[in-house]
Amino acid sequence: MSSTAELEHASPPAAAIYLTPPEDNYLTHDKGVMSWIFTLDHKRIGILYMGTVLSFFLVGGIFALSLRTELLWYNTPDKFHLDKELTLNLYNNMFTLHGAIMVFLFIIPAIPAIMGNLILPIMLGAKDVAFPRLNLMSLWIYWIGGTFFLYVLLGGVLHYGFAMFGHPNVNLPGGMGLDTGWTFYAPYSTTKSLAGVVPATLGAFVVGFSSILTGVNFITTLHILRPKGMTWFRMPLFLWGLYATSIIQILATPVLAITLLLVVAERTMHVGIFDPAIGGDPVLFQHFFWFYSHPAVYIMILPAMGVISELITVFSRKHIFGYNFIAFSSIAIALLGFLVWGHHMFVSGQSPMTDSIFSFITFSVAIPSAVKVFNWTATLYRGSIRFKTPMLYALGFILLFTVGGLTGLFLGALSTDVPLHDTYFVVAHFHYVMMGSMLFAFLGGMYYWFPKIFGKMYHEQTGQVAALVVFLGFNLAFFPQFIAGTQGMPRRWATYPEQYQIYHRFSTAGAYLMGLGLFIVAGNWIHALKRGNKAPPNPWGGNTLEWHCTSPPPYYNFKKTPAVDDPYALGAWEYVSEEQGWVPRHSEPPPLAPPGQNVAITH
Amino acid sequence: MFMHPSILPILADIWMPRAASTVAGPIDWLFYFILYICIFFFFLILGLLVAFSWMYRYQPGKTQGPAPKHSTALELTWTFIPTVIVIVIFYYGFKGYLDLAVPPPNAYPVIVLAQTWGYQFQYPDGAIDDVLHIPAGRPVELILNSKDVIHGFYVPEFRLKKDIVPGRFNRLWFQANEPTEPDKPYDVYCTQYCGQGHSTMRSTVTVDSRIDFDKYIYKISHFVGPPPAQGRHIYEKHQCIGCHSVDGTRMTGPTWKNMWGNPVDFESGPRLAAVDAAYIRESILQPGAKIVKTFSNVMPPQSLKDEEINEVIAYIQTLSDNYKPPATTQPTSGPATAPTTAPSAPLTASAGSAPASDSTK
Amino acid sequence: MSTASDTHGAAAVAEHGDGHGHVHHSPHLAHHFDSPEQQFMSAKLGMWVFLGTEVLMFGGLFCAYSVYRRAHPQVFEFAAHDYLSTKLGALNTIILITSSLTMAWGVRCAQLTQLKGLKICLVLTLMGAAGFLVVKTIEYTNKWHEHVWVGPSNRYYVARPPITYASLPPRTILPDNSADANAGTADAAQIRPVASGAGGLNSNYANPPETVFKEKDLTYDQLAPADQKNVATFFSIYFLMTGLHGIHVVVGMGLITWILIRANKGEFSSEFFTPVDLVGLYWHLVDLIWIFLFPLLYLIK
Repeated sequence: MSSTAELEHASPPAAAIYLTPPEDNYLTHDKGVMSWIFTLDHKRIGILYMGTVLSFFLVGGIFALSLRTELLWYNTPDKFHLDKELTLNLYNNMFTLHGAIMVFLFIIPAIPAIMGNLILPIMLGAKDVAFPRLNLMSLWIYWIGGTFFLYVLLGGVLHYGFAMFGHPNVNLPGGMGLDTGWTFYAPYSTTKSLAGVVPATLGAFVVGFSSILTGVNFITTLHILRPKGMTWFRMPLFLWGLYATSIIQILATPVLAITLLLVVAERTMHVGIFDPAIGGDPVLFQHFFWFYSHPAVYIMILPAMGVISELITVFSRKHIFGYNFIAFSSIAIALLGFLVWGHHMFVSGQSPMTDSIFSFITFSVAIPSAVKVFNWTATLYRGSIRFKTPMLYALGFILLFTVGGLTGLFLGALSTDVPLHDTYFVVAHFHYVMMGSMLFAFLGGMYYWFPKIFGKMYHEQTGQVAALVVFLGFNLAFFPQFIAGTQGMPRRWATYPEQYQIYHRFSTAGAYLMGLGLFIVAGNWIHALKRGNKAPPNPWGGNTLEWHCTSPPPYYNFKKTPAVDDPYALGAWEYVSEEQGWVPRHSEPPPLAPPGQNVAITH
Repeated sequence: MFMHPSILPILADIWMPRAASTVAGPIDWLFYFILYICIFFFFLILGLLVAFSWMYRYQPGKTQGPAPKHSTALELTWTFIPTVIVIVIFYYGFKGYLDLAVPPPNAYPVIVLAQTWGYQFQYPDGAIDDVLHIPAGRPVELILNSKDVIHGFYVPEFRLKKDIVPGRFNRLWFQANEPTEPDKPYDVYCTQYCGQGHSTMRSTVTVDSRIDFDKYIYKISHFVGPPPAQGRHIYEKHQCIGCHSVDGTRMTGPTWKNMWGNPVDFESGPRLAAVDAAYIRESILQPGAKIVKTFSNVMPPQSLKDEEINEVIAYIQTLSDNYKPPATTQPTSGPATAPTTAPSAPLTASAGSAPASDSTK
Repeated sequence: MSTASDTHGAAAVAEHGDGHGHVHHSPHLAHHFDSPEQQFMSAKLGMWVFLGTEVLMFGGLFCAYSVYRRAHPQVFEFAAHDYLSTKLGALNTIILITSSLTMAWGVRCAQLTQLKGLKICLVLTLMGAAGFLVVKTIEYTNKWHEHVWVGPSNRYYVARPPITYASLPPRTILPDNSADANAGTADAAQIRPVASGAGGLNSNYANPPETVFKEKDLTYDQLAPADQKNVATFFSIYFLMTGLHGIHVVVGMGLITWILIRANKGEFSSEFFTPVDLVGLYWHLVDLIWIFLFPLLYLIK
């Protein structure tokens, strides 16, 4: 069907895989709940993460819509004759819950824990990660810490929610809520807040270890379990992204751990590190906190960028443009990202010298990101582009990440940051990079690997329509927030001056539209799980190693280490409409395998 | 000094309110400079994406041409050009910021004291008010301090923002050259989340001509009235009004209506049979010592002088039904004038508006 | 950190290999590794990476220490001199270094399949760890009796009153050239921003009088009033750092006990000693952290 004339060297095809599917796969191999909870299979662990992460996303999303609904009127408590004190407290608990759940329990784990676990070993040609039991430990820690954290935060929301409707004594035992914002700034969190700061920080502390252990696992896996022939520069870029992410995870997360411990110590034992009344420095807290939290945003975006590199190449049937530069820029972003935390503190009273250093390095981090965007765009040149759902998300990512990244320029420049800091401009900026970019990459990756993971095809047109709805809804929700911010609308405000109401109304409309799109996505997946067509091993024609095994993969991934080739030599595949998928190209005789290289799989 | 290069002034209003301070100029200039760069690059990427998507869309039968996998020349170009651009942006950003950071030597100083959840402004002669007035045409320096947690001080029209950090005195300076229109002061917002009342922590800035400013300072420095009226004045200016009502409405703190002379229960400890001067004094200086039942320990200690505390007590007494003023006519031992509630209109007809509505509470 | 794990059925185990037809494997080889060497390398790399995270975590506390010490050097000198016993600290250092030696020796024994030696060394290491904790307990008890505990239980703890008008900088008005009703006289220097310290972390108070110290042995009364209020902070930092370190010592004791139990069961030999090696690495890190803590806290002179 396809008559593309790829010029890259193609590897010996693994033909016989496609004739007979195996007897069972990782989903059917062991039965029973215990076989899932105690599994050591990275693929099952990935599925379990998927369920948990998406549930947390749902909770965070529901509260996002609640916030946006409250903000439809500039004076909601007065307008509806609600108790002002309770409404404000409820709002504060809700926005804290939204931010904390989304950051700690959704965005940071999503791509590494779900797709990293599911795909990394297969893409690497390994049988599992280096430490499967540690991997299971990471999952359990995430479950325990995440559930406890959510419980504490929900306690506050439920308490104030019920109180507003006349039942002031609803209290979840131990769940006292959190109203400090996800940033826990001292001294409010250590002295004034009446919420459950100690249990909440302990919950976040526990969840952090899940991240650290996953990072340890991935680094070791990528160093040691690479097959012969897969040098660092023959690794797919998704793995480079996960590698850079893991470096950040292991170096930055411990600092968050100690920061949270210090908050607990301050609050319980009044040690006096952050509270100025007893000798501490509140700005020190900000330094500690942002030393982790800025690299954390690179934990969020680097795997997303890795996913995009995969999607763009496969769906334009082209080798990635500038492989080396993209690989190096991932490492550069990871390392430089550790040096810029002070740009969150330009207005807290630091010296101009300190501020200028942080500002300068912040701009330097922008350059590798820009380089990636240009490389992805150049990859499309002379491609043969299919606009499947994953590709729509990838194209959306490039555009929205451009907006998010460019708006970061305003915030990185010292003088323009002054009026824009802590306004809705910042809120819009980080939603463009966290949601418009990371979420889009996540959805694109989910759609891309959905056939591989579940062995079913989703309904393509529904996916494409949902992608458009999400894109439109997202922009409608967040672009007006840029303008609200430059006009002066501050962050974290439940009631606000009337002149900002119009922006909030547009934003809420967009949020609901986006929510609708995401529900269509969810329906698309659920329907596919139940009634989707059977997926071929390679529905998209990718050349990374996961497409060399069946969909879904067998529980052991590969019987023998597979042959390794340039991951972007897409000419090795051709589309066969009877299979509804791609098969290795037979038209050229396979070249001699170099001595010492493993022969390809025959099943 | 700097003319912002916005093509049409009307477009400028889409993005930002009219700049009203002298430091705003370079900020706005840089904002539009970056904005144009952003618009350029956004449409560049968008255009390329659309063009490539269209030109290179999959068409059955179409041959895919050869395409390079990398081009060092291109990589260096698109690394070098953005680097130059960001260096330029950094430079102007730094320069503008240095202007903000160093106040001129003759700046007029006002001390800003932030607490949960309101501002107090102390003028050089010691007078305080809950709104800010500044003289036009003169540099003003704000010395920011917080009583409890981190707050923010933000005036959008001045492009001015600083965190108010307890334990240190952050400084902010600016100059406004044009007086504000009557009854249209600029807003002050708190931008650093500080708890329940963060959304309602606001104030206003009024720019006065020299004459009006002198009149204003005179008025707030020389407020005179009988002790209950003085107490009412303190009630408003020290932000008691933010948390305590005088008409019985429940707010963050207990209402003052009918407080004097009546019993009160606490979260812990014995009941107080009748509110007296000692209890009020303790509540002002050490509010955490006794917490009224069903309320929370959120009040920051207030630093009032002794005579100010007496004036507040005098005002509170007038709010209680069971308070009978003593028959004596001595002016110092209690309110000799007839108790009136909320005598705010004739005595505090200031141009600035209080951040929270006052006499309706 | 991975040992035998076999929930995937015997068939897969028999089939795994590295493509060379090599089927025999030691019972400790996990199915997803091609060779014992690869498994060992993975375990070591993973452990080193994890130790890196521990260093970063303690690094935060060392950072807090340096910030406060730089801000209040005399406080640290006074408190360390008066309340920290150099002798006990040195004793602890010797104990821990010795235990590191016995631990390393134990790893060597495991490598050489000298099981008796391994058990002896592990027991000695445990005794060293216990000894360390005993000395620490003595120190902490002394602190409790001298009433220099954490937070409010510290005799130097001063809950500060809030900023009052009296403590604000003096009113600062410069004479203006014009006849200005608000003009006054003041000191020009007050208006200039006070230079802030490293990273802008010092407060902008008008500079308080510095402690002038000539002798090495400060007394409390010789400290400047501002410094006196910060003495409690030193103790907080001391307890946080040594406390967190102590928790790691306890965890280390648990790990060594676990290894001892397994050694008793005869699990270790020159073919397989990975857990001993990894616990040894952990123990060396615990020792290393103490080697940094000791001079920073005890030897401030």
